[in-house]
Amino acid sequence: MAKNHVTTTINGEAVEFLCETQQTLLDVLRDELDLTGSKEGCASGDCGACSVMLNGRLVCACLVLGVEAEGGAVETIEGMAQGEELHPLQQKFLEHAALQCGICTPGFLVAAKDLLERNPDPTETEVRYWLAGNLCRCTGYDKIIRAVLDTAAEMRGA
Amino acid sequence: MSTMQFEAPDSVDAAVQLLANANGDAKVLAGGTDLLVQMRAGMIKPGLVVDIKHIEEMRTIRPDNGGFRVGAAVSGAEMGEHADLKTTWPGVVEATELIGSTQIQGRASMGGNLCNASPAADSVPALIAAGAICTVAGPDGRREVPVEDIPAGPRETSLAKGEIIVDFWLPARPPRTGDAYLRFIPRTEMDIAVVGAGVRLTLDDNDTVTDARVALGAVAPTARLVPAAAEALIGSTIDDNALARLDAAARAACQPIDDKRGTVEYRIKVAGVLARRAAGIALDRARSN
Repeated sequence: MAKNHVTTTINGEAVEFLCETQQTLLDVLRDELDLTGSKEGCASGDCGACSVMLNGRLVCACLVLGVEAEGGAVETIEGMAQGEELHPLQQKFLEHAALQCGICTPGFLVAAKDLLERNPDPTETEVRYWLAGNLCRCTGYDKIIRAVLDTAAEMRGA
Repeated sequence: MSTMQFEAPDSVDAAVQLLANANGDAKVLAGGTDLLVQMRAGMIKPGLVVDIKHIEEMRTIRPDNGGFRVGAAVSGAEMGEHADLKTTWPGVVEATELIGSTQIQGRASMGGNLCNASPAADSVPALIAAGAICTVAGPDGRREVPVEDIPAGPRETSLAKGEIIVDFWLPARPPRTGDAYLRFIPRTEMDIAVVGAGVRLTLDDNDTVTDARVALGAVAPTARLVPAAAEALIGSTIDDNALARLDAAARAACQPIDDKRGTVEYRIKVAGVLARRAAGIALDRARSN
């Protein structure tokens, strides 16, 4: 049987690709479309390194079939900076040294961006629960949480 | 190499046809948060995957007969954002919201949670306690089935080939009625229930319990309704004696396994404690309704 033909939107651009049914959205992004910012950590939806937005929802790309993107809208870490201009979250992650090895960072950034768009003034507890599905084995999380809270304050103009 | 076929029908009838006529293993894809993990691990290799998320009635929450009809593929995030549903059946919504991370909540559904048939599924005891009825569609038409009749054992359901869950009907909530679900895990987030307990109860004007349902999860091969636990509450004002009887009835209903999450003894003990605490929350909610 032929591969599935998928027409979708990724970071605002129309994209077409072919994929096998069992290929995940993460497989397609990384292996077919060379969008390697989304990382594969666990491949079972536990670590959040592959976090992307699908039709306005934060999801693990490893738990989505590529063919499910048909007619939808996908947003990945590659769409976060505007050219050379970093998103405020990206800038604050650098300032707070909220990363070490960097594998988890794209997932944290995508997830944190979704949080701040839904809730511009989260408490520390809300940030920690929202990001509970993003695992980091380097930083101990504190710097990440502080970077997110600092970004939220800056974006509110505080 | 065999190829995996993918279909995304836009009606329940079309989905049933595809599943009923499939040669070999066919799987329903709702949020995929269990299915894709099992595919990836090589536990299953379906010849056909049927995505049900393009079927309108399986994606919507709508008022029905004083209660709500929640599509089987509605995500936990969508339930949490539905203010009326959350106000009416907070125990059911909170139980579903306990499943996994924010990312999982964007996809995971009650239909998937029920049909994945894990004994530790969080939404299932809450649905059973609430008295939820699911609509099952199959080659012979539709039937209404209490949620507690769907799980048949670990990873097994009572659904026949070609049958799918279309939606869950949560009944109108009677006055002075509250529900609650609690689960125990060794941490605060991102784990699988060691024990889960769902309680729904109704009070009269003197704060005496007139009706109750109690369900337990993760302490038997399936989530189970525990009538003796409900009887311990009915006729009482949920005083210490009633809570002690509830605790004993909950413990007596347990047939748990030993595993890395908890021993048999521990699970039995915790089941009694959680049933009491969930009853306390349901009581507070019933008084304020």
